[in-house]
Amino acid sequence: MYLQIMERIKQRIAAGNWVDGQPIPSIRQLAVDLQVSVITVKRAYYELEREGVIITQPGKGSRVSSTPGLGARLREQELRAHLEQAARIAAEMGIPLDELEDRLRQAGDRVAQKEEELI
Amino acid sequence: MTDLAVELRGVSKKYRYFTLDNMHLELPRGQIMGLIGANGAGKSTTIRILMGLVHQDSGVARVLGRNMPSEQVAAKWDIGFASEDMRLYESMTLGWHMDFIRSIYPTWDGAYAQLLLKRFGLRAEQKIKGLSHGQRVKSALLLVLARKPKLLVLDEPTTGLDPVARHEILRELTNVMADEERSVLFSSHNTQDVEQISDQITFIDRGRIIDSMDKETYLDRWRRLRLEVPRGVELPALPGIIGVQREGRLAVATSNAFAPDLASAYESSGARVQRIENMTLEEIFVANVEHSREEVEA
Repeated sequence: MYLQIMERIKQRIAAGNWVDGQPIPSIRQLAVDLQVSVITVKRAYYELEREGVIITQPGKGSRVSSTPGLGARLREQELRAHLEQAARIAAEMGIPLDELEDRLRQAGDRVAQKEEELI
Repeated sequence: MTDLAVELRGVSKKYRYFTLDNMHLELPRGQIMGLIGANGAGKSTTIRILMGLVHQDSGVARVLGRNMPSEQVAAKWDIGFASEDMRLYESMTLGWHMDFIRSIYPTWDGAYAQLLLKRFGLRAEQKIKGLSHGQRVKSALLLVLARKPKLLVLDEPTTGLDPVARHEILRELTNVMADEERSVLFSSHNTQDVEQISDQITFIDRGRIIDSMDKETYLDRWRRLRLEVPRGVELPALPGIIGVQREGRLAVATSNAFAPDLASAYESSGARVQRIENMTLEEIFVANVEHSREEVEA
């Protein structure tokens, strides 16, 4: 459960909704906002702090870490996780890597096509 | 002043066909506890002991620092209790009930009551006898929520409600948590509700508490390991594994005390660990009940 909350917070930072150094809601406040338990948000904040994504100062609350390029780094992490997932499924299905490469290119074409249609 | 909203120490209660056996649990102030268990597991009896409605044979039950049942009159000013079998006066309106509760409890918050009326889609001028099941449940909850009690004790608050009504109620329960002095204890068969909003989880089965701890620690301990087992390889019996289902070359091992070295122990026995999966509370519930019943019968 806390993994989902971590994901949501990272998405907010990656999308630029929460910027470097910005104060973020207290644990209790975010729990109320997201309608999840305090302990889940507490665990998510703890793990995010360990990953250097947020900083918590006793008595002052938490803020987004001021690491330059944090949003870009989070997007990079997300991309890498998806690529690894694709590689894992391909391995389970016995699809060789060069075929996976082709499939990725085809997926890229489909995405580009869809975006054209939207314009 | 104790930091515990609810405390049970060695509480037992014997009936002819059912026994609550040596119950221990603690709910710190400012937290939500979800009580889960199958039908007839003892959830309602536990709640009734906490409310002083049933007297335990032995053991200590303390609620907001007061002993139950001996100090129940004093304790009840600060407890809001709602259960399914709570009766409202059929021929009276919801508004009449609101006035009645307000006249008894000085903590009644009229503005919050009006807000809840709107959020729950209820009308004060409606008579109880014309209300649907969902509206009755929401009315009963409104009457306890608007008192802003230090502790809410709710027996199956979401049972029989449609998804929208369930969400409205879960939202009000999490809103209560904005105030760190207030606590909630509720029972439910709906593991999804419990998983979403609880800080503490207590599992009851056949009159015994199987587990009682904070939710994240609890969920973290359970994992499902998907294994590929080559012909001729025997899976070792490992501590922390409560069950293995084998189907040809594939096996699924369930752990209630997961640590990474379980995976390496399987690997060194010759099996391949394909995936390690988190489990939902629903899956844990079923695995846990089956496992604890096997233990009892063994």
